[in-house]
Amino acid sequence: MFRWLIGTIALSMMATGALAADPVEIHIGYLGHAGIKSTLSLVEQPADNDGIAGARLAIEDNNTTGKFLNQRFVLDEVKVKDSDDVVKIATDLAGHNDYIITDLPADALLKVADALRDRGTVLLNAGAIDDRLREQDCRANVIHIAPTRSMLADALGQYLVWKQWKRWLLVAGSHDQDKLYADALRRAATRFGAKIVQERTFEDTGGARRTDSGVTLIQRQMPVFTQQAPAYDVLVAADESEVFANYLPYRTWDPRPVAGSAGLVPTSWDAAHDQWGAVQIQNRFVKLNMRRMTALDMQAWTAARMIGEATSRTNSGDPKKVIAFLKSKDFSIAAFKGTRLTLRDWNLQLRQPILLADGRMVVSVSPQEGFLHQVSELDTLGVDRPETKCKLQ
Amino acid sequence: MWRRCLLTGMLVWLAATPASAFVAYVSNEKGNTVTVIDTDSWTVTKTIKVGQRPRGIEFSRDGKFVMVAVGDDDTIQVIDTKTQEIVDTLPSGPDPELFTQDAAGKTMYVANENDNTVTVIDLEKRARIGDIQVGVEPEGMTISPDGKILINTSETTNMAHFIDTTTRQIVANVLVDSRPRFAQFKRDGSELWVSSEIGGTVSIIDPVKREVTGKITFEIPGLRSEAIQPVGIGMTKDSKTAFIALGPANRVAVVDGATHKVLKYLLVGQRVWHMDFTPDEKYLMVTNGVSNDVSVIDVASQKVIKTIQVGELPWGITIAQP
Repeated sequence: MFRWLIGTIALSMMATGALAADPVEIHIGYLGHAGIKSTLSLVEQPADNDGIAGARLAIEDNNTTGKFLNQRFVLDEVKVKDSDDVVKIATDLAGHNDYIITDLPADALLKVADALRDRGTVLLNAGAIDDRLREQDCRANVIHIAPTRSMLADALGQYLVWKQWKRWLLVAGSHDQDKLYADALRRAATRFGAKIVQERTFEDTGGARRTDSGVTLIQRQMPVFTQQAPAYDVLVAADESEVFANYLPYRTWDPRPVAGSAGLVPTSWDAAHDQWGAVQIQNRFVKLNMRRMTALDMQAWTAARMIGEATSRTNSGDPKKVIAFLKSKDFSIAAFKGTRLTLRDWNLQLRQPILLADGRMVVSVSPQEGFLHQVSELDTLGVDRPETKCKLQ
Repeated sequence: MWRRCLLTGMLVWLAATPASAFVAYVSNEKGNTVTVIDTDSWTVTKTIKVGQRPRGIEFSRDGKFVMVAVGDDDTIQVIDTKTQEIVDTLPSGPDPELFTQDAAGKTMYVANENDNTVTVIDLEKRARIGDIQVGVEPEGMTISPDGKILINTSETTNMAHFIDTTTRQIVANVLVDSRPRFAQFKRDGSELWVSSEIGGTVSIIDPVKREVTGKITFEIPGLRSEAIQPVGIGMTKDSKTAFIALGPANRVAVVDGATHKVLKYLLVGQRVWHMDFTPDEKYLMVTNGVSNDVSVIDVASQKVIKTIQVGELPWGITIAQP
């Protein structure tokens, strides 16, 4: 019925002819997960619109460009709870969106990707950093904007080796994602010639992240936990679960810097990043959202901008053309990283420089000078073509 | 000893033949200064303290003033070339970066990066007389030789906007490669060149058809294509030779103006940004953002002949009679 109505409108438009100036509408869905993770640092507590805020800015940017090309971009936002049927919600969203930006855990993303495979809907993974989504579990209808754990670990590893901090004390949390990050850091150490002098596990025994007299206790715990380590240059912490890493700086037994999940952190974006024109997007973002821009915001911005870019380059509202262009050699996107970002054709991962930030400043940007590659220096970060387990289908 | 003799001899010879007594003003983005260089002796004669983040810099048409956009102070400062001191400011709109003037020097058009507008300023009244909405992150600015069309490039929209200078309306938008930064017409108005920093190309646009008719690409052995990021463009008055700054490739490409073929690459300092010719076109000076210096290119021999240390992160440059 609805479709018939559209048909009628289209017919009447053709008949009058003069109305041909109606803009082409491009609908982009945003599928995020509800519930905010709890962080150790109050200032790192994500906002309720973390990620979505970046997509909204990209829609504004796309529409500024779109007004010159008679294209209009619309964002359709949905948040899923753990108890929701994510496949059903995603299928509904795919009913009126040809592209869906996702911020979902790996398993949920795979379910959605498989359910939407035959519809031709393209998912743009802005949130999940799991390597397996680009390797053994890769999918031809998922483009990855978020960097992988191995890209993040390699970015940090290159810098630490450049700095000649080659002896690492690795401290990993006890949750699955902490172990995955520790794996990526071990891999980075092997690739770039660092040595992990010892590994320790910080067991999560539960407990609140906010207490009124927390500092006193932490100040006693952390030195004890890090004492009697073999000689090391830097403590590398793998704590995606936000259990202990941010307690380590200034509290280690030996006076050593901390990196990884606290201290010097590899990330796709930081609110302090101001090189390569980044101040402009930081200013636009703050103006629109009244808060600073996070890595997830940037990943979602980039995802929505990629659709905008491909739509303006193809001058087409036809998702088939747009997606073909996105996956072609001609596609690249500018994202304030000093170089063009392109897709790895073997697993549809966006190549990107990684920032190393300490919470106040951007300390460095990887790849570091001297880490060479025959195709792109950006491919020194993460799993490269010869090692990939991905067979796109 | 021999060297000193030779040097002194050369200096005497140089002093005896004041071939080109021009003065160059260089904006230093991080240093918050403007460096003044005498093109006779190739020495720094003065460093002027200016506002925050000076970038776009240009002589007024009458040569009496140098105008410099100080983006983080949201204004354009005016330097008197006689006293070499700041004497005035212009109401530019937020975060001005590059600007251009009409041939009469009466109207100035400023790209305001922060709010997607081009601001129009009456230079005599020192007043803001209009705004034009353009694409995201406006940057490059130039006017057609006949004065009828203003070009603005927008870095995230990736377009060259054609603006009618009489009606101040956009009359055409030409899509170019990623992050267009600089626009330059041939003197006869037959071609418009637009550099795309991230795209790594220079688009040749037919200003009548208002479409891209060709693209200049760059290949430098041993360099990844991502490192080749064209920014500033300089073209000789006869439009026979063009020079294109390639940013972190640390090179200036010499391009045949007619065939659009790259003739050679000149090694300059790090992250080369913008450039200007001496009025006699004997020399071209380019700013090297990361190495904090300016390279002097001999236009006839197409060779880099000198490097001059300036302030921190030099960005823009303008040269005229003192």
